[in-house]
Amino acid sequence: MSLLLDLFISFFLVAFVSFGGASAVIPEFYRIVVTEHGWMDARVFTELFAIAQAAPGPNVLIVTLIGQHVDGWQGALAATVGMCLPMSLVVGLLFKHWDRLQDWRGRAAIQLGVAPLAVGLVLASGTLIAHSAMPGWAGISLVVLTVWLSLRSRLHPLWLILLGAVFGFTGLV
Amino acid sequence: MPVPQTSDSVADSAVTARAVPGPAALFRGFARVGLSGFGGVLPWARRLLVETERWLTAEEFNVLLGLCQFLPGPNVINLAVAVGVRCCGWRGAVAGVLGLMTGPFLIALLLGLLYARYGEIPAVQSMLYGVTLVGAGLIIATGIRMGINVKQRAVYLPFAAAAFIALVVLHWPLPVVMIGGAVLTVSLSWWQLARQARVVRT
Repeated sequence: MSLLLDLFISFFLVAFVSFGGASAVIPEFYRIVVTEHGWMDARVFTELFAIAQAAPGPNVLIVTLIGQHVDGWQGALAATVGMCLPMSLVVGLLFKHWDRLQDWRGRAAIQLGVAPLAVGLVLASGTLIAHSAMPGWAGISLVVLTVWLSLRSRLHPLWLILLGAVFGFTGLV
Repeated sequence: MPVPQTSDSVADSAVTARAVPGPAALFRGFARVGLSGFGGVLPWARRLLVETERWLTAEEFNVLLGLCQFLPGPNVINLAVAVGVRCCGWRGAVAGVLGLMTGPFLIALLLGLLYARYGEIPAVQSMLYGVTLVGAGLIIATGIRMGINVKQRAVYLPFAAAAFIALVVLHWPLPVVMIGGAVLTVSLSWWQLARQARVVRT
């Protein structure tokens, strides 16, 4: 029971600072589940991240996979609800009273001010994830190639994920 | 499989939103979105909400999405809550989120079970290693795209760089960086907006 509560509270707290969505706080998940609690090692963590990337659905599913690895389906549920509930409540309340907030200067100020922090957070997240996989030069090149292809071509992300699996399987990276 | 684009077009904004869906329709609609989205579901959410079902106009969608992206929390789930609550209150929000999450949640559990069983096979591990690197690259690309869209880049992008350095190089705790950073940047934007308001009045 206390393990479920631990999972729930850990993700509940991260949710409040997850500016830029779930993928922005993956290093924070890493800190909690690998460094702080020792629920899994670094390899398992990066592999669960890879599975979440390849699965259909919102990228918050990494939380589901972490929860499941720690404590089965109940853990998956506790972690996922913990991650989704806090801001769902805030967003729900906010949009019920949305018309009254439309012209409030604080809204515009928050929107303008928080965006650059989310950018820093998301970029840091991608960098730290790549770092935790401990890539060699070939691996770093694959990260750079992915960034370039993703920005320059209209290739569907699924093709890039497939490319990663093929590169990994054939031992090119 | 063509990817619907998130940018708005003139043709879309001419279309007016009409139908107000009930909880059952919200559940079904968001269930489709959740299951069709590989590597990000936002483009699919736009296609459903603006093009297929017309629950929102393109303009309403952009405003809602902008808000859901600047708030913390999983963006698409925030969006499902926002659309649900506007359509039919808390029941709509619950229906939207359950629709969005149920299918992908079950698939994730299944994949987790497969991983528990076959995760030790070296070939599986090498494939996942390649996918991890691509996943990291996709997130970096998203960050760059978000950076291009930041308003007043010369003023605000240095804060993005500072947050990046604090997290990656200095290893500062994330809550400290985000809360400390937000106090600085939001004070700045508040002051800017207040000054603009004064200039407009005089």
